[in-house]
Amino acid sequence: MKAHYSLHAAPEGFRIAGDSSSTPQERARQLAYRRRDFLRTAAGLALGGSLLGSSPLVRATLAPKKRKVVVITFGGGARDQETFAPEGQENIPHLMTELIPQSTFFSQVINRGILGHYVATASLATGVYETFNNFAAVPPENPTVFEYFRKDLKRPASDAWVVAPSNGFNRIGGSSHRSFGPSLGANVILPKHLLTAATAPSTDYEHLLRDNYETPLYTPQLGGGEFELQQLESILKLSVDDFKARARTLSSPDELSVYVVRQLMRQVAPSLLWITMHDIDIAHAGAYSLYIDGIRRTDRLCADIWKTIQTEPEYAGNTTLFILPDFGRDSDEDSGGNGFQHHRTGDALSRTTWMMALGAGIRQGMVFDRPLQPTDLVPTIGSMLGFSATLSQGSPISELL
Amino acid sequence: MIPSELKPPQFSGYPPEASKLAANYISALQRLPLSFVPSLLREVIEFDFKFPAEREALERELSNLAALSPEQVHEWFGPFEKIRLSSRLESLDWVNSPALFVEQFSAHLWATHQLDAFRAAATDYATRLHAVVPPEPPAMPRLGIAVVGQGVETYDQPLFRKLRPHGAYFTHLTPENGLQQLLDAVAARATAHPEPYAHWYVDGGEAAPHHKSLTCVSYHSLAPARAALSAKMRVEIERPGMGPEALRTLLAQMRPADLDLGKPGDAVLDRFQVKLLTEGSGTQIFSTTFAQWAAREALRRAQPLTLLVRFAPRQRQKPMNELLYGNQSSVELDFVGSLVDADLGAYYNWLNQQRLTGAERSSFVVWFEGHNQALAIGPSLQGGTKSSSPGDLRQLLAWAS
Repeated sequence: MKAHYSLHAAPEGFRIAGDSSSTPQERARQLAYRRRDFLRTAAGLALGGSLLGSSPLVRATLAPKKRKVVVITFGGGARDQETFAPEGQENIPHLMTELIPQSTFFSQVINRGILGHYVATASLATGVYETFNNFAAVPPENPTVFEYFRKDLKRPASDAWVVAPSNGFNRIGGSSHRSFGPSLGANVILPKHLLTAATAPSTDYEHLLRDNYETPLYTPQLGGGEFELQQLESILKLSVDDFKARARTLSSPDELSVYVVRQLMRQVAPSLLWITMHDIDIAHAGAYSLYIDGIRRTDRLCADIWKTIQTEPEYAGNTTLFILPDFGRDSDEDSGGNGFQHHRTGDALSRTTWMMALGAGIRQGMVFDRPLQPTDLVPTIGSMLGFSATLSQGSPISELL
Repeated sequence: MIPSELKPPQFSGYPPEASKLAANYISALQRLPLSFVPSLLREVIEFDFKFPAEREALERELSNLAALSPEQVHEWFGPFEKIRLSSRLESLDWVNSPALFVEQFSAHLWATHQLDAFRAAATDYATRLHAVVPPEPPAMPRLGIAVVGQGVETYDQPLFRKLRPHGAYFTHLTPENGLQQLLDAVAARATAHPEPYAHWYVDGGEAAPHHKSLTCVSYHSLAPARAALSAKMRVEIERPGMGPEALRTLLAQMRPADLDLGKPGDAVLDRFQVKLLTEGSGTQIFSTTFAQWAAREALRRAQPLTLLVRFAPRQRQKPMNELLYGNQSSVELDFVGSLVDADLGAYYNWLNQQRLTGAERSSFVVWFEGHNQALAIGPSLQGGTKSSSPGDLRQLLAWAS
């Protein structure tokens, strides 16, 4: 676990930061308002509120069994100043001009859990703040959204998929909960693992095999449940040669993931699809330009996935897309951290993020400031698709239902 | 074991001065909660290898703790007493391995949702300490200098955007002999106020010839140490059972001799350099990260009066494993990316300088090496201004002071 404090033998300014003039809750609220203001200025969005109730007419047009949900975690976490603040908007042109105007945007999603990527993403997927060791290759302890979905709706394994770039995520598809478990979980594709299996050692693909930046020196051993290489052909309808040839043209692990996602949507068309982006987390290496490159690439890839949703017949018109970071990154002002590089301080900026929802059943151009938690995602998806996330700690987001 | 059971012989494993220091203040340590003492001992155990400013601060802190009345101890440490620890933590050898305890304690705080409470307790403690034991003002106004953009011939994007609101942006400086002028100015300050570790020169590449009184750290000079570190990590990563946390613990235990450093001369600086490589994320592979982190740690720990940081081009991004293990003879450099890294690094250098005492009198200069653009911050310069006044780097320093 990484969380380090300079309690002692450091000058005053280097001690744990704290804006003594406001509480963490107030700082989170200020962040949300600022984000809302940025959006209202830049994208001309409306502020949601009590006047805007649910929209049963919109919802009634969607038959539950046909509805699909795609979740993208905006990988590795990014801060406002590199995204929604005026100086950061140049890094997210696709979100700003294409996606947000079509979305309902929540400006204050507060993560109260552990700020490690695997455990936080698992918390997103279970609706419970998981507390396992972020660096261990273990399944979540609580049922995942995939298990609820498949068990309640009696869906086959082919209807729930996860695509994740980091080998550490290979156990996220199913929990260790005794009433659920991997047999009810999602298929997990780790494109980097797939590429490694498909290729002999070669410099041609090294740019796509970057590691888990949070633990750049170590990759957990894979164990069970991963997508087998031979399924490339049987499920994704891809020959190993085609896969390798295409991979050679891509520039990052997340691009490889999105390529696999497109193939999966086209060939399998799962109703519940979860994509974890990770390129932005190169920030841990401390090179700001690479972090910015990661944000720009993720912005573009989110738009690519949205376009795919709109053009694939199985998805067009009946799919709700969620985009949200798992958490943020440390602020420049918190002397306990080192700015954008990490997410170790637990300060308001690293805990407070955003979420957008767009597509089927979602109002366009709305912004809501009330605080949500990432654990609200799973019960919200449950309400949309018709299953009950009984063990989740969160609540369905009424503005989306 | 709990702190009230501490006895002087338990510190026999500490380096000589640290052992003596701990024994001198044993009665003060015995009164403090376990959620606090190991983080203090983590500093004490390093006392023999600390910079003068750190030693002074630590001794003042211990002295203050010894002077607190029982009522004050209760008042100051009440919030720490409320932090719940596990029996596993209590059974750790936190006297001899305080850093390991702190690492696991951090994980415990995250997992048990006590991080915010701990942050609040720590912030409150720091505020109280600062009020009772205010840090000494610097012997002379501090000066920070950042030199960025080495090797970049043209760059059409705006520079110093984050610093401009705080200083004057100069556009018509004479760049000739600029680095030498800066080094001369730093040397003059070192000569005027000769104090150990008070005047630093950090170079992200190969250090230019400089005055012998400067404390110099360079990425280039540490190439053998970086190679030795990579070799050791490669061996350890391949060892069965090795995980990211075990590796981190192992790195934290490395000493100068392990990295071919510990030659007679400057044990304090050698230990500092080892920590840069073993505790800094990305410092082993990206020179821009190294320079920024070295500056941050020098400011935090040594609290220098003068700090010149020259950023150098870093290698291009490759897979992390290749960066760690690859053939360094075929390094491809990313000049523009390095400039972007350094531009933000300069901002962080300024932020960190401003966290030290005497911030209102300090000056800061950042120069685009080889070009006529620079920015200066100082008591006599108005923020958010722009100047086309001609001058050289020597003149710029005079304006900033």
